[in-house]
Amino acid sequence: MLHTLRTYFSSDFDWLPGLDTPHYYPQLAGKLLLHCEIPLDEPHLMTALSQNVLIKVPGLDHHFWGFRCRRCGNKEQHLFAEIPHAICGKDCVYCRSCIQMGRVMECESLYFGSSNVSWPRLENPCAWKGKLTFSQQKAADEIRNVIQLGKGEKLIWAVCGAGKTEMLFPGLTEAFTSGKRVCLATPRTDVVRELLPRLKSAFPNVEMEALYGDSPNKKGAAQFLIATTHQLLRFAHAFDVMIIDEIDAFPFHQDPALHYASKRAAKTESSLIYLTATPRKAQHKRIRNKTLPVVFIPTRFHGHPLPVPQLKLTPNLFHHLKRGKIPPSLLEKIKQQQQSHRQLLIFMPSVKQADQIAEYLRKWKMVVESVHAEDPKRADKVMAFRKKHYPILVTTTILERGVTFPSVDVYVVDAGHSVFDEAALVQIAGRAGRSPDDPYGDVIFFHTGKTNPLLDARESIMKMNRLGEKL
Amino acid sequence: MRCLICHEEIIPKITWANFWNVPEKEILCIVCESQFQPLKPGCVLCFREGENGVCEDCQWWERNHPGLLAKNTSVFQYNEFAKDFVARWKYRGDYILLEALQWHVVEHFSRMRNSDCIIAPIPLSEERFSERGFNQSEAIICLLNRRSQSLFERRNSEKQSKKGRYARITSNNPFKLTHPVHQPVILVDDIYTTGTTVRHAASLLKQAGCPAVTSFTIFR
Ligand SMILES: [Zn+2]
Ligand SMILES: [Zn+2]
Ligand SMILES: [Zn+2]
Ligand SMILES: [Zn+2]
Repeated sequence: MLHTLRTYFSSDFDWLPGLDTPHYYPQLAGKLLLHCEIPLDEPHLMTALSQNVLIKVPGLDHHFWGFRCRRCGNKEQHLFAEIPHAICGKDCVYCRSCIQMGRVMECESLYFGSSNVSWPRLENPCAWKGKLTFSQQKAADEIRNVIQLGKGEKLIWAVCGAGKTEMLFPGLTEAFTSGKRVCLATPRTDVVRELLPRLKSAFPNVEMEALYGDSPNKKGAAQFLIATTHQLLRFAHAFDVMIIDEIDAFPFHQDPALHYASKRAAKTESSLIYLTATPRKAQHKRIRNKTLPVVFIPTRFHGHPLPVPQLKLTPNLFHHLKRGKIPPSLLEKIKQQQQSHRQLLIFMPSVKQADQIAEYLRKWKMVVESVHAEDPKRADKVMAFRKKHYPILVTTTILERGVTFPSVDVYVVDAGHSVFDEAALVQIAGRAGRSPDDPYGDVIFFHTGKTNPLLDARESIMKMNRLGEKL
Repeated sequence: MRCLICHEEIIPKITWANFWNVPEKEILCIVCESQFQPLKPGCVLCFREGENGVCEDCQWWERNHPGLLAKNTSVFQYNEFAKDFVARWKYRGDYILLEALQWHVVEHFSRMRNSDCIIAPIPLSEERFSERGFNQSEAIICLLNRRSQSLFERRNSEKQSKKGRYARITSNNPFKLTHPVHQPVILVDDIYTTGTTVRHAASLLKQAGCPAVTSFTIFR
């Protein structure tokens, strides 16, 4: 009984066979695939199976409490269904939770590939010639130590604009000189696309591959993978080093399948590095309990403090928003802001409001664009704003992370709205003052009454600055 | 209960009126439900929306291959939401998803003359069939709670959708009739696009002496 209960609450991977066959199929190394995903023809597949390069494991676990999908970890019974399966001639259970990546069935196998491929050991793989700041160097050393040790966890808690990517370079150098396989996973496709060229120029001789929903290449056969966390559903015990970017971000924060898959994708003995600017409760708790070692970088790479948000009470805000307008005081503020040399980034709670406010500001002869998640021209509009082709961009929380503009002021309208939680507000404030040429910027939260997230966000930014001063 | 499509919790509408009778099990949330657009009145032969009388396509068919298909009945517009739905149901194989449409599909089917008809699925190629593990037409017939009687086989597995329309209409018949029948037949499929597929099947039935062929599809 106790054992069966444990199967429900813990997600261990005992069902993965201890497979260590050395082989030369990098495209199979540490993979967990459906039959239709195997990049081999039938005779080669047979050979791979007979040589124990691949091993078949059942796709679903059947416990007394119900099913669990081994690919995505789903154990919500309402996310399993039956299909009158033509192959078996009976009703078979399948997982609905991960069906976008193909169907896992009780009667079919997943194919697990041995990860024992010898990856190249490169001498001096890093071509980056920049210099790390004092705090960056401290974090970089700790990351390298964890990678050298070959096991353990480390949370890198670094403010927005600390230069997280560069901090990874010494650790990555260590990994590639000792022939380790590395995955850098991030919840967002935008970030994968942005990171790939930067990492390619820093490590020109490392075989690298970007994996995301509609990436041109889906082989997953390189030594260094930059992937969206979703892609980890196809990996098991694959990586010596696993770096997870923005562990606090939606959807990673919300989706248990991504936690399950990223845990499984790392080897049983592996180095795990987590990056975040705004840790969530779960991480704070582990930090307090001292079960998660943390390096804290409270300063930006240019050494200037984070812009502290100003809270501006705007009591008649809803009255105007309902009519697709903004209060005259806010309009005046925007007009005034437009006299300065900075661009303006305005955050609204909803897509509809973003469009309405953009339209309203246009009536006042301002040049404005609005952008939201589903916008087909999203990438172009963001790029044009970055190149300063127009002065005002109105958006929703989609631009809260990852994107950088050199010189902007940031206004959040209706900042007390529930879409803006503490993490979102800290990230949004972090858009300002990113460039060493203009390290300041006004961050204003327009609200109708102070809420806890508003106060907490401001408090946490001020705390970072206090800690930064002490260094 | 959770929405079959988006998995959001559905709050059952319990009122004083239905307090003693458990409210009917709701399968879809209001948001998903409202995305399916019922077809507005249109072509009397094929259900194409916004047509008066017989549409141009059907006129073309009647001129060149008269009397193949007596009528097609469809339920919903094949809009973007429906495309995603079909992709997840048919191509990804989320079989249970079809139950979301049961009420509407049964309701529309019951308006057709169907009691004395044979209900026949459109066959899939061997390859697609073993890949997906089910046939979409048979799944619909099963949803209607009717007996499916297969009358055809596929000749080859050429991809229909890759050809132009003219080529599709004049191309060789992809089906082979395995069971000639002398009763009216309803052909069931998931989508009616140009109507070529059902007419290919219908032409074989008519040649073999079937008195009338109609078709029923969910999307149009
Ligand atoms: Zn089966
Ligand atoms: Zn699953
Ligand atoms: Zn729904
Ligand atoms: Zn017509």
